[in-house]
Amino acid sequence: MVELLRFREDEPVADPAVTVDAFSDQSNASAVRLEPGDDARDLLPFLDQLRLVEINFPSFGDGRGYSAARILREAGFDGELRAVGDVLVDQLSHMRRCGFDSFAPEKPFSPADAQAALSRWPQVYQATGDGRRPIWALRHDAQSNG
Amino acid sequence: MYRYDHYDQAMVDSRVEEFRDQTRRRLEGKLSEDQFKPLRLQNGLYLQLHAYMLRVAIPYGTLSGAQMHALADIAGKYDRGYGHFTTRQNIQYNWIKLEEAPDLLADLARVEMHAIQTSGNCIRNISSDQYAGAIADEIIDPRPYAELLRQWSSFHPEFLALPRKFKIAVIASQTDRAAMKLHDIGIRMVRNDAGEIGAAFYVGGGMGRTPMIAPCIREFVPVDQLITYSEACLRVYNRYGRRDNKYKARIKILVHELGREEYTRQVEEEFAHLLTQGIEPPLAELERIATFFADPPFETGLADDAVRSDPGFALWLDRNTLPHKQPGYAIAVISLKPVGGIPGDASVEQMHLMADLAMRYSFDECRVTHAQNIVLPHVRKADLFAIWQQLEAAGLGAANLDTVEDIIACPGLDYCSLANARSIPVAQKISRRFADTGKTAELGELKLKISGCINACGHHHAGHIGILGVDRKGTENYQLLLGGSEGDDTSLGKITGPGFDEDGIVDAVERATDVYLARRREGERFLDTYRRVGIDAFKEAIYG
Ligand code: HEM
Ligand code: SF4
Repeated sequence: MVELLRFREDEPVADPAVTVDAFSDQSNASAVRLEPGDDARDLLPFLDQLRLVEINFPSFGDGRGYSAARILREAGFDGELRAVGDVLVDQLSHMRRCGFDSFAPEKPFSPADAQAALSRWPQVYQATGDGRRPIWALRHDAQSNG
Repeated sequence: MYRYDHYDQAMVDSRVEEFRDQTRRRLEGKLSEDQFKPLRLQNGLYLQLHAYMLRVAIPYGTLSGAQMHALADIAGKYDRGYGHFTTRQNIQYNWIKLEEAPDLLADLARVEMHAIQTSGNCIRNISSDQYAGAIADEIIDPRPYAELLRQWSSFHPEFLALPRKFKIAVIASQTDRAAMKLHDIGIRMVRNDAGEIGAAFYVGGGMGRTPMIAPCIREFVPVDQLITYSEACLRVYNRYGRRDNKYKARIKILVHELGREEYTRQVEEEFAHLLTQGIEPPLAELERIATFFADPPFETGLADDAVRSDPGFALWLDRNTLPHKQPGYAIAVISLKPVGGIPGDASVEQMHLMADLAMRYSFDECRVTHAQNIVLPHVRKADLFAIWQQLEAAGLGAANLDTVEDIIACPGLDYCSLANARSIPVAQKISRRFADTGKTAELGELKLKISGCINACGHHHAGHIGILGVDRKGTENYQLLLGGSEGDDTSLGKITGPGFDEDGIVDAVERATDVYLARRREGERFLDTYRRVGIDAFKEAIYG
């Protein structure tokens, strides 16, 4: 069973992630944890000092964390973006697309299920900043290459 | 019509495999019903009163003959021989077994169809004008834009756990035939003063328990920013839509609580940011899609009238066909509202016939309308008589488009687990009543819509006459609403007063129509007379 699934080469941050409130008081922490109601944009001035942002999913049905992740990546954050909480294996590939590169699910999933979920989609329809070329780009590459 | 390339096909095939795997894990007990529910819902599978119900997406309502044949085969193989066409231009099957659902989806994928995102809190199937590409009053065919949005919204990773479901409609004419302003986003393609095509965005409409008409938040979004603007609208909703109360979770509540100006300001800010992110497909992609929607090879020099010698045919011709943009052609509407029938239901044989007619007479195309009828969009006038004869023989010849018999009704208590009251028997009784009294034709255009509960799947708020099923101390009761409209002059109906039992509501509807017949002026429809004389005259007649 996987407890921390990570797609990064660097060493994981050892410090515990602090809440956004605690972070705005002391603001020398390198790891912070966002709850669904927090505004990811409040972190933008501090991205240089942050090495880990945990985004909590108290319930899998609350999708605010997907937007939070993209907002951080769009602002150039290149530290670790970890999904924690009620993270289900069927959400993995979508979370990857939104910029998450590590996962600490409450209920660990099997490596085989994770592998299957991640290799499910051959292509993607949208540009989400995760570096994958969307189908519309591939189509027009193909055309210009004759 | 749009055709899949290998990319589209691979996406749909992957989805079938994913769902097969999820279903297997559910049946093996690895997934709890709680965990499985959002997964099956994103594949259109609901658990209903008697069985699973599966909703299949019909993007912007357009079907080829082969697809209609496949839908018929599915009704025979997996259901009890019927399909139910819905107000969202989709089709539902009411008797599905979970174990068979993956095979059903595989059958769909073979004809470039799917049930992706037809339920759940995600962007749903995109609806459009059922006469797109055939009607003279459109400025452009709206379907390429709808297809672009379909691809963008399919598996959009950021928007798969929205606060609530999200429905988009795209039209391109001043006449609104898709209830555009009653959607979460309604898009009207427009032309600006410089002659360029763009999109007007109406956001925050909806029905349900708090019906709202969407305000326009931007008059003109250039076509090469359509996706980016949509993404901005969705992101603001995903971040700030209410999640504390599912009855307040639709975007209409957010727009209402923030106010149009503030919501718009937030969207514009997000839009400005997203424009820097390169998420918009190139115009070449829109052009690629548009080539699939080019006009079929219409013949020219055809006779522009049909022989009217058969009176039954003449009636159908007047009631169920519309002028086409191409001389010599007509738009023909097949009514799925036979007197006393179940609105929107079609049998396996009827679906096969409609598929054959589409292939033989309508350039292999048919459409589903939000009024639960089927359109043959491009028919030679000279062929109308032959078409009508075949429809008549199959019980599909009802000449009642847009009349009081052309009722929209939700499944209601016969199938739906949320229902307070039955909708279908009320629809059946009303259509029989008016067919018996012979008043249908005289009443002319009269849109009657029935929902079995406050969720408003039957659009009762938008009916000239609306009927809402409620639960009154454990018995089924029906409220009457008057004055709704989903057209260009969108309005919400008002409740007349205390409710009725099943027979009482049929009488009340008849009394309302009698007021109209007595008070109408030259050229007025029911709705016009109602708007002119006001609700009191109707109340008086109804409650005496
Ligand atoms: C039988 C199973 C069905 C269930 C359980 C169901 C459930 C619901 C619910 C809960 C809502 C309210 C959503 C809200 O206000 O947030 C709703 C709205 C709606 N449903 Fe259904 N529905 C069913 C069938 C249908 C059918 C057959 C149609 C088409 C004929 C349909 C079309 C709609 C429409 C048009 C709305 C209003 C959309 C809006 O509020 O903007 N539904 N449905
Ligand atoms: S309006 Fe109510 S009864 Fe009718 S289908 Fe919708 S949820 Fe069911």
